[in-house]
Amino acid sequence: MSTQTPSRAERLADGLERRFDRFRDGLSVFKGDRLGQIGVGLLVMFVFVGIFARPTTIEFLNITIPGIAPHDPTERAVGGRLESPSAAHPLGTTDRGRDVFSQLLVGTRVTLLVGSLAAFMAVFIGTNVGLISAYFGGWVDDLLMRITDIVYAVPFLPFAIVLVAIIGSSIVNIIAAIVLILWRSTARVIRAQVLSHKNRPYVESAEAIGASDVRIMYRHILPNVLPLAFLYAAFAVGWAVIAEASLSFLGFGDPNMLSWGEMIFSVYNADAVRVAWWWVFPPGIAITLFVMSVFFVGRTLEKVVNPELRHKE
Amino acid sequence: MGLREFVIRRLVQLVFTFWAFFTILFVLFRMVPGDPTSMFLLDGMTAEQREQRIAELGLDQPLHIQYINYIEQLLTGDFGQSFIYREPVIDIIVVRFMNTIVLMGTALVIAYLIGVTFGALMGWWRGSRFERGGIVVTLVARSSPEFWVGIVLLSVFVFWLGWFPSSGMRATGGDLGGGFLQRYGSLDFLRHLFLPALTGAIVYLATPTLLMRSTMLDVLKADFIEIKKAEGLPERTVLYKHAARNSVLPLVTVMAIATGAAMGGSVVIETVFNWPGMGREMVRSVNNNDYPVAMAAFFLMGSVVIIMNFVADLAYVYLDPRVEYE
Repeated sequence: MSTQTPSRAERLADGLERRFDRFRDGLSVFKGDRLGQIGVGLLVMFVFVGIFARPTTIEFLNITIPGIAPHDPTERAVGGRLESPSAAHPLGTTDRGRDVFSQLLVGTRVTLLVGSLAAFMAVFIGTNVGLISAYFGGWVDDLLMRITDIVYAVPFLPFAIVLVAIIGSSIVNIIAAIVLILWRSTARVIRAQVLSHKNRPYVESAEAIGASDVRIMYRHILPNVLPLAFLYAAFAVGWAVIAEASLSFLGFGDPNMLSWGEMIFSVYNADAVRVAWWWVFPPGIAITLFVMSVFFVGRTLEKVVNPELRHKE
Repeated sequence: MGLREFVIRRLVQLVFTFWAFFTILFVLFRMVPGDPTSMFLLDGMTAEQREQRIAELGLDQPLHIQYINYIEQLLTGDFGQSFIYREPVIDIIVVRFMNTIVLMGTALVIAYLIGVTFGALMGWWRGSRFERGGIVVTLVARSSPEFWVGIVLLSVFVFWLGWFPSSGMRATGGDLGGGFLQRYGSLDFLRHLFLPALTGAIVYLATPTLLMRSTMLDVLKADFIEIKKAEGLPERTVLYKHAARNSVLPLVTVMAIATGAAMGGSVVIETVFNWPGMGREMVRSVNNNDYPVAMAAFFLMGSVVIIMNFVADLAYVYLDPRVEYE
């Protein structure tokens, strides 16, 4: 019996293996791609720093992992005012004697949070809008695409500023403002991609055996456009982080959370750009490095989506 | 569908988009915390004055009447009174709007000029060290938020080298009035313009560069390029006259997106360089709860983006004879 019809477990293992192969195939594009490797390396570092910046306690194991940050980033006068870098304060201190190095490390958290959550939600919405729009066509397509057009007419940052100023500048609201705009590009691209898949034989055969619309959309078409969604997610992380940094720089950041943009806002408001290079440069470089690493990874992912690119370089 | 029909359809869509944008504005600015009327009221009013003011502004009317009045006001350019300046918003915003257009327009033109040239060369010398280096440089530029690029330029060229003035649009005591040329043509103005425009140019450079490069790569694969080379035309001629010219088209469509980005960027760049434009005014007005000014600024920025989208669509079908009007 087991020779003709594979058991459930065997089929599962087979499926997993295939999935793993596909995954490894996806990863192989990083081979020989220096920029992509640098990107992944930097991202891993940022995630590590973000998680362990402050002491973390694991309740059920009853252990506390000490944080990397040497000081509480908000604690005043751990050093003198506007001290230049020294052994005690590797990146000097702020105008209130706070430790810049600790602020820099802890600021990673907001970046990671905003980048991952906003990008995930934006791409989730965008993928669904694009999928539904292209699959059903007709008035559904018209309606959804007109909405997308309208969102394209709204300037990103000004909208976020006004929205955050009106509903309050908490991290949740900031993410919401970013997501409300950021889904638009994913929706357009996924729609175009789904349109090209809609009439392919595999979709027609699924229709012929009576698969439901939902099943065809999410089971058959979605896996084919998912690499593209991942690519747009990578870019979305970059844009979301830049948007959050810009908002914070303008003074609309979450007052309870320290971010890199907010650090630069503080330097600017303390009128210290001219003197305190150790305070203004690290957060700016951190933002650029983070976004850069995401774009590098995105460029590499592009080769999965568009295999032709593999031979271009 | 013919060209004419396409233009008409696109016009209808334009009107629809504007209407939707008006509605978003209406909803957004009715969400202002506290009493919805508070944004139109000044401090220190007696209850009676308040009532009178509310009636004057039509805020005692039902919501749909208010909505119609609101659209009417926007269409006639009546944005109300600023709380801070105590003068009509339109008087404040028009000058700032011009300042922003001059700044961001300059930035975009520079970004496109450099981007197209640079991108074409990167496509031409593909696989070279120049191309690889160019990609890294453009990606780094694109990864930097506008305010960060601005601060770096400020640190290097103003604080360190002292070549340029740090902020504003003209030296203190400079003439504020005068015609267009006097305002924007003076050497002093150009000195002030240089760094903020360069900031914008650096950030917006990436999109045209990368796009130009990738379309160049496609065009270079086409047979007619080989033919032109085989005809014995000099390389430069093939590059500029045949390859680059055929690669420019997709840039037209991203122009609208670039304008949108530039409108947002103006907010940040103007804040860094203290440029008296619409973006800085918007930040200031939002911080001071001067909502009529914030709304007007937002309205103008959105309008520019909508119109640029429209222009880009028309330009595209005009420039590319192969386009089918879907």
